[in-house]
Amino acid sequence: MRDSTFKGALSDRTARTFMGVLFGATLLVTLLNQIFPPDSALHVSAYTVTLLGKYLCYALLALALDLVWGYCGILSLGHGAFFALGGYAMGMYLMRQIGDRGVYGNPELPDFMVFLNWQELPWYWHGFDQFWFAALMILLVPGLLAFVFGWLAFRSRVTGVYLSIITQALTYALMLAFFRNELGFGGNNGLTDFKDLLGFSLQSDATRVGLLIATAVALASAFVLCRWITGSKLGRVVLAVRDAESRARFVGYRTEHYKLWVFTVSAILAGLAGALYVPQVGIINPGEFSPLNSIELVVWVAVGGRATLYGAVIGAILVNYGKTVFTGVMPEAWLFALGGLFVAVTVFLPQGIVGLVSQHWERLRKRFVKTGDTDDTPAAQGEHS
Amino acid sequence: MSALDNLRETFRRDQVFDFMRQGTRAVAPGQLDSGAGKNILYLEDITVSFDGFKALNDLTMYIKTGELRCIIGPNGAGKSTMMDVITGKTRPDSGTCFFGQTLDLTRLSETEIATAGIGRKFQKPTVFPEHTAFENLELAMNDAKGTWHSLFTRMSGEQKSWIEETLAQVGLLDDRHKVAGLLSHGQKQWLEIGMVLMQKPQLLLVDEPIAGMTRQEVERTGQLLQSLAGKHSVVVVEHDMEFIRSIASTVTVLHQGSVLAEGTMDQVQNDPKVIEVYLGE
Repeated sequence: MRDSTFKGALSDRTARTFMGVLFGATLLVTLLNQIFPPDSALHVSAYTVTLLGKYLCYALLALALDLVWGYCGILSLGHGAFFALGGYAMGMYLMRQIGDRGVYGNPELPDFMVFLNWQELPWYWHGFDQFWFAALMILLVPGLLAFVFGWLAFRSRVTGVYLSIITQALTYALMLAFFRNELGFGGNNGLTDFKDLLGFSLQSDATRVGLLIATAVALASAFVLCRWITGSKLGRVVLAVRDAESRARFVGYRTEHYKLWVFTVSAILAGLAGALYVPQVGIINPGEFSPLNSIELVVWVAVGGRATLYGAVIGAILVNYGKTVFTGVMPEAWLFALGGLFVAVTVFLPQGIVGLVSQHWERLRKRFVKTGDTDDTPAAQGEHS
Repeated sequence: MSALDNLRETFRRDQVFDFMRQGTRAVAPGQLDSGAGKNILYLEDITVSFDGFKALNDLTMYIKTGELRCIIGPNGAGKSTMMDVITGKTRPDSGTCFFGQTLDLTRLSETEIATAGIGRKFQKPTVFPEHTAFENLELAMNDAKGTWHSLFTRMSGEQKSWIEETLAQVGLLDDRHKVAGLLSHGQKQWLEIGMVLMQKPQLLLVDEPIAGMTRQEVERTGQLLQSLAGKHSVVVVEHDMEFIRSIASTVTVLHQGSVLAEGTMDQVQNDPKVIEVYLGE
């Protein structure tokens, strides 16, 4: 059995390997971007840096979904909503940072409000000129929505496909709401034209590298957090809820509380991913709430492999890399490829890529075991997670 | 009828005279009161109907503290429904169901009943398939069940040795790190009995424990159940007469939702009513 404390999660081998690879890659890209001049063959462009940062945001989002889907069995088809809400909270802060450098030069109101002839800032925009307030909202708004939504859904014992459908409805409803100009979030144009973050210009290479590093740190912290959660007794209860919910209830666990807990934590992580995503891509609009995004997210996790955490990260990066390449070559075929991928993974790779690799690894190891090196001690077996 | 109900409400056993007994009460309200020689479970006039079909029909039965009681009856006699009523899964249309002198089971939720000290082993073994035998018992352990507690808790040495004791008791110590889904059918049944034991139940409800077991497994199960009686009160629902004869002191026969006969196995088997039900007219 793994050491179930937070320190144990920080020092276990999977987490250390994960952090090693992640920070290694981040450091490499950073150095290649900063040291070599733009005309050098070894130079990594700011575009690539930001692209990688974007992938890591998606990876964090996939990690969040894996926690609820892979471990707790809640297939949320609306996790994009929490991502987008975190993104909007960050976008509101960035909007306020523009100040009087906007097209209309109004120091108080963002451009789209001037355009709509609004005279003063809506109440819910107050406070977003402070970074600490925005940071709080980034975690609080998605968390609170997930808490209220989950409380209603899990208490009424809505499960399975019904839950998936209402999460889908949630994100769709939010999309329609955010499309409206009257709501005060920029309508279908969303929030854009950001200038700087904490005083650093978003256009400069150094800021882009800084954002990449921040995203990598966030992803690593979230990974350790999830390892800690899944390695604790809470993680084992959550797994039990996934496999035999009524039995878990009978043993005396309030399964709805556990589901709600995991769902809320997951939503907060998704919100954090959204907040890191927005300054890197430079825009947030209601399209991020689109149900399609949430479904794509499910495909990433399925492709990578559920209930391993690193599988979700690998899946998110691979599928998005595929998307970048594919949409460059033949953009109209991407959705077909994505759909085909999902079907193929469901039919042929129920454990995802990670499952496939570990199966082959197991086969190789067995061949070695025959020659005498047995590592089948109970401790080694108990380490599966 | 409503006058009678009002009267019953006024004289509810878990409330009546409470105000007079302030300070002299031996057992705090909400706590189990069932000393040796007393009854642990009181089922009185329980009726449950599903769409007009009476699964239980004025069932009245008492279980003594520390007793091993077997319940038999043909299919549809209401055995499982009775278990459902005791564990709070099904609410009776009428009748009272008390655990000890003070706990009204018809007013408690499933979780509250489980925490109060009634453990149930289901007919179909439902262990947590992806957890090891050890983890299954850990999850079932009688410990705080809140989310935050679960996140920060670490198993104490005492808890660990208790789990291992229970594993030894149900004969799974050697397989404790095996994933429960890979255990044999009989082992799963024992694991589930172990899980129920981890809740430190006063009353143990065991639903068809030997279905699908080999002869050796049946024998082991019989010994296990007998070793549990005394420390716990055990209610076993079973079809297999031979098995019941080998373990039981008292047998209750259910038929069409009510008690047909009660007594030792010999008494019951020679009861003409029982013979009629089992052999037909």
